[in-house]
Amino acid sequence: MLEANGLHKRYGNLVAVEEVSFVARAGETIGLLGPNGAGKTTSVSMIAGLLDPDRGQVLIDGALVHGETDPLKGKMGLVPQEMALHDELSARDNLALFGALYGMRGAGLRRAIDGALDLAGLSDRANDKVATFSGGMKRRLNLGSALLHDPEILLLDEPTVGVDPQSRNAIFDNLEEFRRRGKTIVYTTHYMEEAERLCDKIIIIDHGKVIANDRLEGVRRLVPRVNVIELEMEHRGVDGWYAGLRLLDDVEAVEMVDQRLQVAVRDLTSASPRVLEWLRERGYRFGHLATQRADLETVFLTLTGRSVRNA
Amino acid sequence: MNYTAFLALVRRDLRLFFTDRRAMIMSFVAPILIASFFGYIFGGASSQAAPSKIRVAAVDLDGSEMSRKLVAALAADQALALTAEPLEQVRSEVQAGHMVVAAVIPKGFEDQAARAFVRNVDKPEIQLLYDPSHGPELAMVRGLLTQHVMEVVSSEVFTGQNSGKYLEAGRRELEQAQGLDAPSKRALQQLLGAVAQLNGRARINPQGAAAAGGFSLPYTVKPEGVTARRGQAYNGMAHSFAGMSVQFILFMGIDAGMMMLYQRRNGLWKRMQAAPISRFVMIGSRAASSALIAMVILTVVFGFARAVFHVRIEGSMPGFVLVCAAFSIMTATFGLLVSVLGKTPEATRGLAILVTLILVMLGGSWVPAFLFPQWLQSASFAVPTRWAVDGLDGMVWRGLDWTAALAPGAAMLGFAVLFGGVAVWRFRWETAA
Repeated sequence: MLEANGLHKRYGNLVAVEEVSFVARAGETIGLLGPNGAGKTTSVSMIAGLLDPDRGQVLIDGALVHGETDPLKGKMGLVPQEMALHDELSARDNLALFGALYGMRGAGLRRAIDGALDLAGLSDRANDKVATFSGGMKRRLNLGSALLHDPEILLLDEPTVGVDPQSRNAIFDNLEEFRRRGKTIVYTTHYMEEAERLCDKIIIIDHGKVIANDRLEGVRRLVPRVNVIELEMEHRGVDGWYAGLRLLDDVEAVEMVDQRLQVAVRDLTSASPRVLEWLRERGYRFGHLATQRADLETVFLTLTGRSVRNA
Repeated sequence: MNYTAFLALVRRDLRLFFTDRRAMIMSFVAPILIASFFGYIFGGASSQAAPSKIRVAAVDLDGSEMSRKLVAALAADQALALTAEPLEQVRSEVQAGHMVVAAVIPKGFEDQAARAFVRNVDKPEIQLLYDPSHGPELAMVRGLLTQHVMEVVSSEVFTGQNSGKYLEAGRRELEQAQGLDAPSKRALQQLLGAVAQLNGRARINPQGAAAAGGFSLPYTVKPEGVTARRGQAYNGMAHSFAGMSVQFILFMGIDAGMMMLYQRRNGLWKRMQAAPISRFVMIGSRAASSALIAMVILTVVFGFARAVFHVRIEGSMPGFVLVCAAFSIMTATFGLLVSVLGKTPEATRGLAILVTLILVMLGGSWVPAFLFPQWLQSASFAVPTRWAVDGLDGMVWRGLDWTAALAPGAAMLGFAVLFGGVAVWRFRWETAA
């Protein structure tokens, strides 16, 4: 079990993370959600021992993780946001190095390497230089490197950035298998659909603060009545042209994402005519209209007034 | 300490280095090529090679017997490559850099020089037009010119065809000379008279008289370069290979530091930090691999110098190993220092190379430190490269024993302690998220 208690980190005047706390039990997947710069990576870095928190502590199975060489760090595996691989070395040599960092060697290391290569779907490319791999292959190897020493807790920092759908699904399959084996996953992302698929528990972070921390259903219930009207506008319009919509009754939030206008409303029946009338009166035309139930994107939009991608 | 991780990281660094074509070229090919070039310029593998001649032009405006002999004497000098040029051309030749010095012998040179030789008056003026970028050669040409003028003029005055005329003119001038007391005048006139008598006998009986000729240098020299052994010629390659090894190994040290900065940037550092290993394993393994690579470079470069240019370790082999090891360790800590003090690879590389070039220059890698001004020779002991070059020179071609390696070894290890200490002190565990 992983516990983060009151983690706090400041850089000069900037508070990067403020009192972040959560518990992740065996077999649980925790999603840390938030836009870029929200404090997700800083939180994971403090848990992994990359950063010393100004305040707060990290415990594994009740024991405090402390110091560079604490053996408890071996219970965690980190998948950094970057492709933390040596391009000039083969996949096998990369894995051999990363295994050795955890004291692995000999036959045990060789077995673990074969397992990681198999998991990453790279057994047939084991001796090829990583520089020759696609982005998706590197991502899979990045994940395999963190699983090599069979950690109890896996920390993943935006592990699917720039990944093709096939590799993304492969990564998800691996993570679901990892969870089925009773392991703990802490997963940071700003892709809400990923969190909805993978996570049992959601922690939404914005400006370094936790603004929601609950199971997926519980977070959804934070905005129980919210629905979203989504309109594909014919023109983007000038910045902020849609601000007036926010003043209408039952409208919770309004956001433009690309050329799509997203209006979060409490009561779809009463609010949608008002929204459409407001647009018609001002001559704003749209080509397509759809409605959807509250998802995590909506929750974030409602809680912060911004979409994750625009935050 | 996690030795498995330590050794794996060292192996990783070695493999990355030896599979990097650019690193191989910079660390092995470049020092060998440049050292060979500098070694050739500074005397090559054997001191027996003939030195370059100085290009000198002579303009004879006098056209006398004496001036012709002077030009012939200069032309026969082994140190000079003399050509006769017309006056209107020499200035542009020197300006264009085609000639180092042009000596213009003025009209009336013979008469004036002969009179001035006896009476120290009305000296003729030989104009020397020289290329200002060749100051040392000018000094050498002046010295040679002095020698040949003295030999030719004294020969002509004492034993030449016109000797009688010059001696008689000299005696007459002595009679009229002001400022000389009577005994001095008499003594000088007797001297000139005796020379005239000697010349007269030489003409009647050339075999029996004293050898004809004027003044000549009253000594000869036997130069001997003091190297490891008597009779052992100085091998100019030895110093240049030492200097270039030092330079390019320091560049390798910078690259090692750069690699740590790149690893911070691309996430590899995070993966290492997340593992239960200490900072000493992380930076110590880097230092160990750098030191090993430096030793390999030294071995290969000096191996090449031995095989091709016959550069041998004339001094103590253990002393040579000590100097190499101390320099390698110093280089490794220098790389750590670069990585610790640098913020980004881009911002750090240029500054680190500049600092290295200054260290190398002050260390005497490019030109031997004895060419420096005295104060700089003393000051340059404040940089580790000076100790490295001196230590290698001492063990390689000076042929010194192992005790001479102790001071350079201790100095470089002292620098290593300093650099390593600062690196550990300033080491940033954290990389801003």
